[in-house]
Amino acid sequence: MADATPAPRARSLIHGLDALRRGQPGEVRVTLGHPMENGLRHDGYGNVVPRSIVTRFECRLDDQLVFAADLYTAVAANPYLAFWLKADGPGTLRFDWTGDWGFSHRETRQINPA
Amino acid sequence: MKRATGIALLLVAVSAQAEDNRRSGLQFMSPALQALQRDDAQNPAMLAVQDGEQLWSTAAGSSGKRCADCHGEAPRSMAGVAARYPAWDAAIGGALNLSGRINACRVRHQQANALPGEHADLLALAAYVGLQSRGQPLRPPDDPRLDPLRQQGQVLWSRRLGQLNLACLHCHDQRAGLRLGGATIPQGHATGYPAYRLEWQGLGSLQRRLRGCVTGVRAEPWAPDAPEWLALEAWLAQRAAGMAVETPAVRP
Repeated sequence: MADATPAPRARSLIHGLDALRRGQPGEVRVTLGHPMENGLRHDGYGNVVPRSIVTRFECRLDDQLVFAADLYTAVAANPYLAFWLKADGPGTLRFDWTGDWGFSHRETRQINPA
Repeated sequence: MKRATGIALLLVAVSAQAEDNRRSGLQFMSPALQALQRDDAQNPAMLAVQDGEQLWSTAAGSSGKRCADCHGEAPRSMAGVAARYPAWDAAIGGALNLSGRINACRVRHQQANALPGEHADLLALAAYVGLQSRGQPLRPPDDPRLDPLRQQGQVLWSRRLGQLNLACLHCHDQRAGLRLGGATIPQGHATGYPAYRLEWQGLGSLQRRLRGCVTGVRAEPWAPDAPEWLALEAWLAQRAAGMAVETPAVRP
């Protein structure tokens, strides 16, 4: 891995956790701030801008995989994912995004469905 | 008598309603795109708002002051503020837009450097401050010192530009709702800036949007610090007076 393209500064938005109800499916919605540079564009000097995308998203509830997605170059910047989650009790949710140039971003949230 | 007054008031209200044909860019968008703006859980500009919230409470410059040290909690102190810009600044003896005000605050009170117009931090702060006015009507200041600027903006709005020889009003007043290629032409009310444009895949300022139109008619854009941008912004604020602030908006 060359360091010409540093991994972008990542931040994320996670919604829907407060509305989760015990034993019932609830919608969790996550957005990651990421340029999703598709590797097909040229800069002002005619050089190809190297590809830098998020390739994988995983969500784990107490270390058990509950949702995963593979992302490709056609996904727009700041990828938004919505999925359904059923939790039977309090737990720890871990959100992991990984991608090109060693990119990785992790968020951890405690949930306590009512 | 009371009833007659009531009917008269009703008539005034109806005619006022009938006269206002202004539509925000939001109403020219597809339902899916409208949902993207209306739902904060989907609106990608909320990433920048989150950054702005952090910057609000982060010390900047050699003064070591945070925005919050003087202004306190933004949801209270900044409510309605963005709806009143561009405004006159007595210290510089000129008009400032919201980003200009943030930069003036940085230089004057934080002893920090002014940020370039499209700097992510400046856009984030402007979006965060703008959000505190969301839903409030645009209220351009009733300040005669701004009048020359607004007039200059109105003249620019009506002046033909570029190889295509088009003025702003040819599209946005006369052909709003029609198509330009695959896009619907909006009325051009700047109610939601800084806005997240899908075309940009990011947040951008009103000046950036205006620059896109100026180069679109194949004219040479003014320099980034040229007074023409601010004049257009002041005129647009006047033109959209009373319409609701949508910051941070999503646009195609």
